[in-house]
Amino acid sequence: MPNNVPASGYRIVARQDFSDVTYLLEIEHPLMARAARPGQFVIVMEHERGERIPLTIADFDAAKGTITLVIQAVGKTTKEMQANCTVGTRLYAVVGPMGIPSRIGAAKKVVCVGGGLGVAPIYPQARGYRESGAYVIGVIGFRNRDLMFWEDKFRAVCDELIVCTDDGSAGIKGLVTEGIKQAIAAHPDIDEVVAIGPPIMMKGCAETTRPHKIKTIVSLNPVMVDGTGMCGGCRVKIGDQVKFACVDGPDFDGHLVDFDDLMSRLVRYKRAEQEALERFQETCRLRGTAETEMEVTSLDRPSTDG
Amino acid sequence: MATRKKTIRTIPQERTPVQEQDPLERATNFTEVSCGYNVQEAAREAERCLMCPDQPCVRGCPVGIDIPAFVKKITEKHFHGAYDIITDTNLLPAICGRVCPQENQCEGVCTVGQTLEPVAIGRLERFVGDMAIREGWASIPYIEPAGFRVGIVGSGPAGMACAADLAKAGCEVVVYEALHEPGGVLKYGIPDFRLPNEVIDAEIQKLRRLGIRFECNTLVGRLFTIEQMLTELGFHAVFVGTGAGYPSFMGIPGESLNGVLSANELLTRCNLMRARDFPNFDTPLMPGKHVAVIGAGNTAMDALRVSLRLGADGVHCIYRRSKKEAPARVEEIHHAEEEGVDFNWLTSPIEILGDKDKRVRALRCVKMELGAPDESGRRRPVPVAGSEFEFETDMVVFAIGTNANPILGQTSKLALNRRGYIATDGNLATSIAGVYAGGDIVTGAATVIEAMGAGRMAARGIKAYLGLRDTDSIYEDELASISTRFGINGEEHGFAQLRIG
Repeated sequence: MPNNVPASGYRIVARQDFSDVTYLLEIEHPLMARAARPGQFVIVMEHERGERIPLTIADFDAAKGTITLVIQAVGKTTKEMQANCTVGTRLYAVVGPMGIPSRIGAAKKVVCVGGGLGVAPIYPQARGYRESGAYVIGVIGFRNRDLMFWEDKFRAVCDELIVCTDDGSAGIKGLVTEGIKQAIAAHPDIDEVVAIGPPIMMKGCAETTRPHKIKTIVSLNPVMVDGTGMCGGCRVKIGDQVKFACVDGPDFDGHLVDFDDLMSRLVRYKRAEQEALERFQETCRLRGTAETEMEVTSLDRPSTDG
Repeated sequence: MATRKKTIRTIPQERTPVQEQDPLERATNFTEVSCGYNVQEAAREAERCLMCPDQPCVRGCPVGIDIPAFVKKITEKHFHGAYDIITDTNLLPAICGRVCPQENQCEGVCTVGQTLEPVAIGRLERFVGDMAIREGWASIPYIEPAGFRVGIVGSGPAGMACAADLAKAGCEVVVYEALHEPGGVLKYGIPDFRLPNEVIDAEIQKLRRLGIRFECNTLVGRLFTIEQMLTELGFHAVFVGTGAGYPSFMGIPGESLNGVLSANELLTRCNLMRARDFPNFDTPLMPGKHVAVIGAGNTAMDALRVSLRLGADGVHCIYRRSKKEAPARVEEIHHAEEEGVDFNWLTSPIEILGDKDKRVRALRCVKMELGAPDESGRRRPVPVAGSEFEFETDMVVFAIGTNANPILGQTSKLALNRRGYIATDGNLATSIAGVYAGGDIVTGAATVIEAMGAGRMAARGIKAYLGLRDTDSIYEDELASISTRFGINGEEHGFAQLRIG
């Protein structure tokens, strides 16, 4: 078995930009490519002064020895990665696969729902169900046609694919919950719904399926630090129990998750995160104006690109 | 030798004080509190050892350091010699000298301590360890390769101690760490003002010089399993020292409010992720202005003192028993008091109250009194009726212990005990042949030195399992048991062989 950890980090072997905010990184990590299962996540540190951010694995290829992450540039770290992570550069730390893999059970007919940043990580689940012989209905949602990606990949693993856009510029107009309703109307025998996306979307999905009593699995991505159960920052309320999403999840029964609690806890560090983002953008602006003169040292950290 | 025999009357009566940063000043920085002994202070303190023949301190040490011998070397100003004696049994003196609860171990049973204050063994150990780091000493023995590979899961104190012993026995040792830096709880948990990161890094560097390889960013169980280590990765034996790491909460209302966190989260953000230097480091931390820390162990003291240094106006320790029962090292409580921590003994939280934004606003507590002793022998605290009160706080930190981390239980066939910790026999062997475990993942939360002791014990077990000769002779009673192995007296050994042959 090859030594998995190159001393100088984890190399990015491919990158694709789906839109101004969404980008894909394919990272060399042969051991993880072999170990990863649908539903698992990684924790990434861009550089040694970076924060540890959890990202759900969007794809893995044991033959190529790579894992794929699809990232939305929303905060300081993800925007900085968008600017710096080009092919050939290395990430300081990538650890995983973390979390309990999704149980690809005996379900005969499943709906795999991905919204926004959840579209990518729902893909391995859809593929997993397809491989297990289930009839897979994909429901993927975007704000508009320009933000769409991976439609072809989903078509290849879904028996049916319902695309939803907020403005109707592609597929049906409406939220993914509309897509779920359509699927339920057409198929009364759905065994399971799997939904990944922003908490408000997963809450909507759980509420859509609740009256039909269809088992609904959601994948939670709360604030975490270590990802190994040590800090407890990712604790979530599941029914009357408190669970740690990193080691007890990230998949949970959507009908039991206290989404309001999850959403209020997600904004815990908002003020600091906002401050970091503004500072970062200010630095970028300064760098933009000063670029012609010389390499600017205002980003007070050593470059970790090499 | 014509040296006059030392008696309790002839030795320096007062324990040599150690220079410390001024409490008010240090409460605003992360520089180490205790400056440690200088050469003169160390020599004076070493003179206080009576060199008593029964050596209770050695038995009081979980790893059995030959304390009188190294103290004697200090009196002779032969510091390298002192270092060699300590590192015979403990490779990490700069760490243990700082974080061991000596008052319950070596110093607690010191003969001098029966009449005067005990010899400051911990400070002397630290003095030697620091000098070794400064001078670049390392005791790298000649190592004969044994041809075995051993994988260690977790780079905390248990893993480090186990790795050191096995490397010295000639094994090729790889230590896996899930975080991005080695050191485990020493790095993420214990703050710099108590154990500076440079000290940990220096000690880890020494382990590297023994040939030990550290591989970070490796979550064993998920990236590969314990079983795969023995099969595909080609390890002949495995040691599991992952720590307990699954913090407990009390289950009182309001625990999911923003501003409530585990001490582990606070400390990890502050120490390992350097959130205290935000925004130069990216990990955020929203320090509280009025912080309440629940619990009175070492972790609680760390959380309290970290909060002070992060700029809190008031820091309150809430503990349901009295000061006497507090599990923290005496020195830590003393330091916390000096720095201005407000201790609320016999107080138990019953509810955390939030504002409309779901942020912590106040803590509701009840006063306790001590009743009849419970199964731990400590008097059980019982609530005083009608004594509920509220006080304002914007951050509540739980430091009430940890539960077993579930990852290895989820991913391997290791047998667990009722509480979810890894089940082992007396030699720390687990249910899988060749896999040993020790430290918090076996015993539940304990101390750094106990974890190191467990790591060393497991190393002996692994050596026996691999058929390696164990040249360590740490415990007298162990030697005794070897001499009557299989019930055959040592002297009759040859006779027994003859009969079998």
